[in-house]
Amino acid sequence: MLDNPAVALTILVLSLFIGWEVISKVPPLLHTPLMSGSNAISGITIVGAILAAGAATVTESSWLGFVAIVFATINVVGGFLVTNRMLAMFQKKDGS
Amino acid sequence: MIPAISVQLAYLAAAVLFILGLKHLGSARTAPRGNAMAAVGMLIAIVATLLKSGVVNYPMIIAGVALGSAIGAVLAIRIQMTAMPQMVALLNGFGGGASALVASAELLKGTAVGGSVPSVAIVLGALIGGVTFTGSLIAFAKLQELMRGAPIVYTGQQFVNGLFGLGAIALCGLVALQPDQLPAYAGLVGLALVLGVTLVIPIGGADMPVVISLLNSYSGLAACATGFVLGNSGLVISGSLVGASGIILTKIMCDAMNRSLTNVLFGAFGAVDATAAAAAGGGPERSVKVYTPDDAAIVFSSARSAIVVPGYGMAVAQAQHAIRELMESLEAIGVKTRFAIHPVAGRMPGHMNVLLAEANVPYDKLVEMDEINPEFPETDVALVLGANDVVNPAARADESSPIYGMPILNVDQARQVMVIKRSLNPGFAGIDNPLFYLDNTMMVLGDAKQVVLGIVESLKEI
Repeated sequence: MLDNPAVALTILVLSLFIGWEVISKVPPLLHTPLMSGSNAISGITIVGAILAAGAATVTESSWLGFVAIVFATINVVGGFLVTNRMLAMFQKKDGS
Repeated sequence: MIPAISVQLAYLAAAVLFILGLKHLGSARTAPRGNAMAAVGMLIAIVATLLKSGVVNYPMIIAGVALGSAIGAVLAIRIQMTAMPQMVALLNGFGGGASALVASAELLKGTAVGGSVPSVAIVLGALIGGVTFTGSLIAFAKLQELMRGAPIVYTGQQFVNGLFGLGAIALCGLVALQPDQLPAYAGLVGLALVLGVTLVIPIGGADMPVVISLLNSYSGLAACATGFVLGNSGLVISGSLVGASGIILTKIMCDAMNRSLTNVLFGAFGAVDATAAAAAGGGPERSVKVYTPDDAAIVFSSARSAIVVPGYGMAVAQAQHAIRELMESLEAIGVKTRFAIHPVAGRMPGHMNVLLAEANVPYDKLVEMDEINPEFPETDVALVLGANDVVNPAARADESSPIYGMPILNVDQARQVMVIKRSLNPGFAGIDNPLFYLDNTMMVLGDAKQVVLGIVESLKEI
């Protein structure tokens, strides 16, 4: 997909800049939800885990992939749910 | 089965949703939508991956997702808001661990060829992911009080850590050049896991906001490394977004303590100060004035403005609901009440805001340090609730103090300072706090929640 490492590196650097710009604007009020939400996004590594576990022949790397799926799903599901829980608490105070 | 280009476009859509989601996290009103957008992005990425050619072993995938979802959901629903720092630490750890496992799986598959980009990325994924995994577990254990929160230090610690670090780098080089050297790779993973432990044990509880932010960043960078392994732009983009987020928060936390990252990580803050505090105690006789909740209520009843400064002690005592009751009682008798939030109050960035939001304190009453500091001289009562270092005037005046130079909330400038504290022992970091001995300071000793509820009761009788 990304055979050229320079392209991947370009994407990396540009994404870091986007991240810096977008996240700098988040107020301290929301730093905890920002952290748990971004944390859930780092669970994107589940993509790699699925590729490893989903291979046709079951090998050691499939089992590593399986454990990785469990870990990454905990990260993703736990992260998004707990962020949602927190943000709901900020919500009901809106305008009161 | 769908064409490869569709899968790539799906990853692009996911990345766009992540960026938009983070953007929406910038205000409390739009934040829930932002979180939902990011979650949809994740779903798209997962579904696209499931449809990719070569992904066939669905039972194994479904079993893993089901197990992980169940654990994640139970954690997210059960966790108390006061325990949010350890929750985030734990989730960080799982994310880092997953990345290290993916890197290892790819190495075993033999996708890496000596010296190629994937093999460099594999060693980085294993190293960063491994350190994140055990480092986060130690942070979790400290925050959950499964182990001592105070720094664990020993002679030659930095030398040992340096040795581990150099060893890890050497093994990284070796494995990157010869990815088929499994024992070397196993050694690298083992060393990364050890390094995560040894790097975090010397860091004290008060410095946890920095550590959690940094581990957050690492979990993103580990995902980024796996993106390089798989040649997957979606992972690279998402991982670097999280990496940037963690780096920003780390910087904000360090700035809020006026310390460099190196100093936080290797300074073992609070470990050596116990003797200094003992020495200070032997100095000139100073006395504190101890009052009861009834006395505090009388002071409040004649005040017109109050600023509450919450700290970790509020979280420990679960006093956030009690303080909201006090706020309501005070507002009812015409005392303007607000909350001053120091960036490093608590054990993670934004910790106090979440607790007060949980207790239904309107967030327009939560004021940041720079905004509220000029108002202390005009304020009748500054109520310090379980905070210590962030209100220590020694940070402003005493060059010999370990926290000298740290920006603090200037509560000492209020007409009356009220400190609710469990006992007169020095705080967590063991640093003496001259605030307690000021003429305009009154101490109310006891459990934060009980004391605050006591004040509320007394106010009713006045």
